[in-house]
Amino acid sequence: MTGEELLDLAAKQAALGELAGAPADDPVNVPMIRHWLAAMGDRNPVYLDRGLAPPAMAQVWTMTAPAPGDRSPVSVMMGALDEAGYTGVVATNCEQTYHRYVRVGELLTPATRFTGLAGPKRTALGEGFFATWVVTWYAGEGEPVAEMLFRVLKFRPPEKRAEPYPLRPSVNRDTAFFWDGVRRGELRVQSCADCGELRHPPGPMCPRCHSANRAHVVARGEGVVYSYVVHHHPPVPGRETPFVVAVVELPEGVRIVGNVVDCPPESVAVGMPVRVAYRPMDDELVLPVWTPGEP
Amino acid sequence: MTRLDAAIAGIGATEFSKDSGRSELRLAAEAVLAALDDAGLSPAEVDGLVTFTQDANQEIAVAREVGIGDLSFFSRVDYGGGAACATVAHAAMAVTTGAARAVVCYRAFNERSGRRFGRPDAGLAGQQSSQGMEMSWHVPYGLVTPAAWVAMFARRYLHAYGATSEDLGRVAVAMRRHAATNPAAWFHGRPITLADHQASRWIAEPLRLLDCCQESDGAVALVVTTAGRARDLRRTPAVVTAAAQGSGAGQMMMTSYYRDDMTGLPEMSVVGRQLWETSGLTPADIQTAILYDHFTPFVLTQLEELGFCGRGEAAAYVRDGGIELGGRLPVNPHGGQLGEAYIHGMNGIAEAVRQLRGTAANQVDGVRNVLVTAGTGVPTSGLILSGVSD
Repeated sequence: MTGEELLDLAAKQAALGELAGAPADDPVNVPMIRHWLAAMGDRNPVYLDRGLAPPAMAQVWTMTAPAPGDRSPVSVMMGALDEAGYTGVVATNCEQTYHRYVRVGELLTPATRFTGLAGPKRTALGEGFFATWVVTWYAGEGEPVAEMLFRVLKFRPPEKRAEPYPLRPSVNRDTAFFWDGVRRGELRVQSCADCGELRHPPGPMCPRCHSANRAHVVARGEGVVYSYVVHHHPPVPGRETPFVVAVVELPEGVRIVGNVVDCPPESVAVGMPVRVAYRPMDDELVLPVWTPGEP
Repeated sequence: MTRLDAAIAGIGATEFSKDSGRSELRLAAEAVLAALDDAGLSPAEVDGLVTFTQDANQEIAVAREVGIGDLSFFSRVDYGGGAACATVAHAAMAVTTGAARAVVCYRAFNERSGRRFGRPDAGLAGQQSSQGMEMSWHVPYGLVTPAAWVAMFARRYLHAYGATSEDLGRVAVAMRRHAATNPAAWFHGRPITLADHQASRWIAEPLRLLDCCQESDGAVALVVTTAGRARDLRRTPAVVTAAAQGSGAGQMMMTSYYRDDMTGLPEMSVVGRQLWETSGLTPADIQTAILYDHFTPFVLTQLEELGFCGRGEAAAYVRDGGIELGGRLPVNPHGGQLGEAYIHGMNGIAEAVRQLRGTAANQVDGVRNVLVTAGTGVPTSGLILSGVSD
């Protein structure tokens, strides 16, 4: 639903005017008043002494669990906003007006009037609509005893995006197969489609037979540390120091550079067996990394 | 290779500092003028300029500043500090073939107060170029600084030959000892001990802070002309006996980790082979060497690749004082880039010229031939410079 359609729907809901809800299940009663006073820490004896309910309890007498299939104007509007992606909600206004005290034994009936939708507005939480409605509580033969104006902001939560990892590789038509593989959890080694020569890093032409027909094999994902460094200084963007970078020799016969992770830097050594793993660096980039393998 | 007819006739430099307080172009212009003054040439007599692709100062800008007019030869050499000796090689070929009569090679940067090479550059792997693709196999893992790139080689070297952090430290101690008595060196008067080295913090294990050369602001320029013409100029010429560039199979920029062996520098072997063949000299004919020392481990490797000792023997060579003043092969008498300054290897070439002139701060006796190397771990270059016999 577009913003305009939402506003149209809101106008229709407002045009329905005030619609009565179900009366409270129980009349105003002493146990609930006592419980409320205790929870609020209100020690004023006037309520229990004179059988009056604290006015702020207005909502309490008719509050029900959300009912599935509720087609009240407010529910219809909230559902439409959710479907349009404004799934976030935060209450912004609650203004209550009390006409008189309510007495023990009175049965209250609420009635709700959807009064308007404003938006879309840009807010700190994201783009959203302000929806407003008014609830009136009636006693006896339609005597209003309390009113509440309630307003919520329904907003579109910003998409959660990881901070982009700053050390990005360039990818081109000669190397895309490698990075595609990494995203699928495959460590791909370029192979010549004609002579079978394996090669890493990859390139556009087989240095042995000059074929440009390229294929790849999926490496077993095991290797041995051939050399490594422990980087301490200077700080590297996107990295916490110290970290280990190694040249890993694969049983397939090529070498590849990557981080050794999940072990203390001082435990890394030349000759250490390692096994590939895949680590998302942000929402787009996955890097192959190496974890200690079976000795 | 055809015999070159070239000599370095003049050297010039700015002071070496951590904050030059002036633009890189001004540093370049100052060094070029100083080198021309040293040679006794006027800017109008220069018709060629060579620098590094990494230099921020275009040849035409330098020419405008110092009043160089028509240029018939200009070229740039790539691969970071590997370009140093190659600038002289290009200039030497130009004057030998007549493409130019007088060529100035220069390198100028505010590498300490401006963009520092030792700092991670997250964008290194972001370029859609062959180098960007190459970096993309390393940079995403945080392997993004020169120290770390070299440390990867060093770990394998130490593992293969049973060498230790102390063996690397002895290189730094020797360089700082040399710098301590070189008034032009940043670390003049500030030698270190092996204990200082061992106490310095880890940068990228197995490299400590004192395994890494300093970062410097400054500029160096060298005037190259024919050997015959150089004889008629103000200074004693340093004859370019041999000049070579070198790149090896499977070469990468600092990350050639995919070759069969990681303990050597095949590209330096390519350079050395040419230098020895062209010059007809052997390591025994070299009285002092300027070996590129941005990080200590590759000084050991170079001793081996150039044939000053056998494979895996460099640590013992250094332990015996072999690279120190008075040793078998005094290396970097000026203190190198660890001690004097990091001017991308160009200050080392100037030191080689001083050694041949007999004017160095730490003069080695009886210098007839000096071997000079450029950046290691990258495609590189080298020179053998010789004195003239009277």
